[in-house]
Amino acid sequence: MTAVTTDPRAAESDRERSTGTGGARRRLPRIPDRIRRGGLPYLLLLPAVLLELLIHLIPMIIGIVMSFRQLTQFYINNWGGAPWTGLDNYSIAVDFNAPIGEALLHSFLVTCVFTFFAVGLSWLFGVAAAIMLQENFRGRGFLRAVFLVPYALPVYAAVITWAFMFQRDNGLVNHVLHDQLGLTDQPSFWLIGDNSIYALIIVSVWKGWPFAFLMLMAALQNIPRELYEAASIDGAGIWQQIRRITLPSLRPVNQVLVLVLFLWTFNDFNTPYVLFGKSAPENADLISIHIYQSSFVTWNFGSGSAMSVLLLLFLLVVTAVYLFLTSRGRRGADA
Amino acid sequence: MPSPARSPMAAPQSFLWTRRVVLTLLAGFVLLPVYVMISSSLKPLQDVSGKFQWVPTRLTVQPYFDIWETVPLAEYFVNSLIVAGSATVLSVVIAVFSAYAVSRYSFRGKRVFTVTVLSTQMFPGILFLLPLFLIFVNIGNSTGLALYGSRGGLILTYLTFSLPFSIWMLIGYFDSIPKDLDEAAMVDGCGPIRALFRVVVPAAVPGIVAVSVYAFMTAWGEVLFASVMTNDATRTLAVGLQGYATQNDVYWNQVMAASLVVSVPVVAGFLLLQRYLVAGLTAGAVK
Repeated sequence: MTAVTTDPRAAESDRERSTGTGGARRRLPRIPDRIRRGGLPYLLLLPAVLLELLIHLIPMIIGIVMSFRQLTQFYINNWGGAPWTGLDNYSIAVDFNAPIGEALLHSFLVTCVFTFFAVGLSWLFGVAAAIMLQENFRGRGFLRAVFLVPYALPVYAAVITWAFMFQRDNGLVNHVLHDQLGLTDQPSFWLIGDNSIYALIIVSVWKGWPFAFLMLMAALQNIPRELYEAASIDGAGIWQQIRRITLPSLRPVNQVLVLVLFLWTFNDFNTPYVLFGKSAPENADLISIHIYQSSFVTWNFGSGSAMSVLLLLFLLVVTAVYLFLTSRGRRGADA
Repeated sequence: MPSPARSPMAAPQSFLWTRRVVLTLLAGFVLLPVYVMISSSLKPLQDVSGKFQWVPTRLTVQPYFDIWETVPLAEYFVNSLIVAGSATVLSVVIAVFSAYAVSRYSFRGKRVFTVTVLSTQMFPGILFLLPLFLIFVNIGNSTGLALYGSRGGLILTYLTFSLPFSIWMLIGYFDSIPKDLDEAAMVDGCGPIRALFRVVVPAAVPGIVAVSVYAFMTAWGEVLFASVMTNDATRTLAVGLQGYATQNDVYWNQVMAASLVVSVPVVAGFLLLQRYLVAGLTAGAVK
């Protein structure tokens, strides 16, 4: 109810009521105004809050608690009974000289490389397509729909098609590279061994860039036409207009877009899981797959949780630093 | 230079050629797997097991009949429909209530709510998966309410996945609808809930459509939780489709046919409704 006072209009109507101008307002709803305004928003939010609590926040807290316990398969049905181990799960995870820590570090580095290229290329493709489709021409609507197809296709259907294309003996990629162009001495393996990271990046960009395109396309529609008209009168060509008007106008969207792409790509589980199956090749062992495997293959949830918490901390730090740096840069540019 | 800005007349050849090249390459990249999917789904097994053929030498529709026999695809299809459909309906209804509260009322905790809800979107799914798995197993053990392995558990999980984005987008949409409209309805004797359904919801149909499409796509395509939270009876397409690929022989033509069949409903729906999504993003997200 105290919240009501934050809304000046609500406070005013309360005052009117108490000074007794109520005669004309008799037909207002039966629920008293103050309760209606004070309680109703919370009632409306209740389902969303309960579900967020059940599915996201409580599990997250439990996950943090689990990371301090020796939670193996014996305790699945009674996880409260799992013994406390203090920071053991963490010290094992970050002991980079022992096999578990070494594998985690490797997986983390692979994920960083993968994310860098996948996000960079997705953004580049998205910007290029959005700018090239900014202006109306014949076939624009059709191309826009075509570019959104990877976004609309279910991940598993799209990625399984890529898995087929990357098959060594009957896939399209080797058919083109080896049989038709003769670039390789032997058909290469794409889904195991060293090449697997290239395959993963290609599939991830294919799947991810339409989202960048979608966001940037929406942002371009908000740039006032007058800016271009003024620039054109001043003699700026189309390339200059893109460099001086379009790209700077996209800065605020880029700030959010790159962050979202980073978080989604870094956490991506679906693409490698469908492309490689449960055991990813070492060179494409993304962190989500790695944690999934450490948890469900060895049934050691405590250790898996500790790794998840470390991942979360890393993402929080990166997000905070990123937002700090980009916001400061933007303020500086505005001043 | 009197010609209007950014019109084809003003664009020099260098721009037009760059545009042609860039758009052609991107279209080729995007459509390549689609072509492989369609053409391979029409080949006999022999032709997809040997060297890849750009142009099918023999065409057959047999894979489209076989897919239903090799794995219980129809069953998976029904499961996916129930799960994604229910998650969509619930998620959109809940998002409408929440967005209405945020858009039309000022109350304590409003900012905390929006920030918390949005930030859950950012956290790794793998972090929730293990505890949620344990919570569902333990709720099942103590109350007999089967969430683990059931469609209900999956529906609850999926609807929270699309909730943050849906709430966010609908707030933008509701904000663009003049408050006078629902205030006028309330003066006419409607309660706030009636005003929501009589005035705000009808005016926000494009936004609600966009959000529904998004929610359905999210639930239809999710793999991680589906692979852990379902059993043989409740398996969804996301997991079931891998059934063609784990046998000794991989029936690639059937894999492609099945992929196409499960994609058609969402892709068709999305392409029909995509302009609402763009409009919704323009109205709400990019502000």
